[in-house]
Amino acid sequence: MKATVYVTIKQNVLDPQGTAVQGALHSMGFAEVDKVRIGKYLELTLDTTDRAEAEERVRAMCEKLLANTVVEDYRFELEG
Amino acid sequence: MKFAVIVFPGSNCDIDCYKAVEETIGQSVDYVWHTATDLSAYDAILVPGGFSYGDYLRCGAIARFAPVMAEVVKAAEAGKYVLGICNGFQILTEAGLLPGALLRNRDLKFLCHQSPLEVVNAATPFTNQYREGEVISIPIAHGEGNYYCDDETLARLQKNNQIVFRYASGGNPNGSVHDIAGICSERGNVVGMMPHPERAVSQLLGSEDGKRMFTSILNAWREQHDAAVNS
Repeated sequence: MKATVYVTIKQNVLDPQGTAVQGALHSMGFAEVDKVRIGKYLELTLDTTDRAEAEERVRAMCEKLLANTVVEDYRFELEG
Repeated sequence: MKFAVIVFPGSNCDIDCYKAVEETIGQSVDYVWHTATDLSAYDAILVPGGFSYGDYLRCGAIARFAPVMAEVVKAAEAGKYVLGICNGFQILTEAGLLPGALLRNRDLKFLCHQSPLEVVNAATPFTNQYREGEVISIPIAHGEGNYYCDDETLARLQKNNQIVFRYASGGNPNGSVHDIAGICSERGNVVGMMPHPERAVSQLLGSEDGKRMFTSILNAWREQHDAAVNS
């Protein structure tokens, strides 16, 4: 089974990288860009076929390690 | 008094911490590898700066699960002195020993220079040799030192007097909430800070204002120890 995890900076937390990229896009003429938020994309290959178990365990991985829930949100998708 | 300096793969301020303890207070100090599973022999634990585990995923995120960290948590709960500097501060927040998180600096740059700090709380075991409100000069060296916590946590930090150091007026280098440079736990025995007091222990290094952090710890330990002996 494959898990795809997205980790994003919480909306109320400043993202200096996103702000810098937004500035770069503006200076290149992409004036329509209002806001840029940069996050992380993780692909996990799991040695299991039990979807419910995978869901529970990937959530635990996110809570414990993959995201810092003080400043980040996460969501994930399971396939296969 | 016995000090431990924790060493993770990628720590690079461990020698500075070790030498600072030797030079400033001449107490016993050991390097302790991240795989250690017993810190019971130590009175104070220093979690040094650097790039533990290459800062992969997030600064301190992986170090926080090293075997020795269970012992650091135990020591903190037992009321021992725990000081996290720079990457050590990031590790302590990841471990949940201190609230908040350290984000990328506001201007994205790695900053490495002297920084004036205001001593906000001079009553902790780490700052008892300073005066409240005193401005001291300690270097910073970090790319992710932008302290963040939510409003509720900030109010709690202020109410409990847990803000130990702030960047002195007008000198916030990294965008930290409320100019915070260092905080302590509710009990005060765990301190985390981005600036490096271990790099400010001699005029040859540009400042000796960091010395008193080490004499403070020894002083606090002696007071506690003598009280125990006399009671």
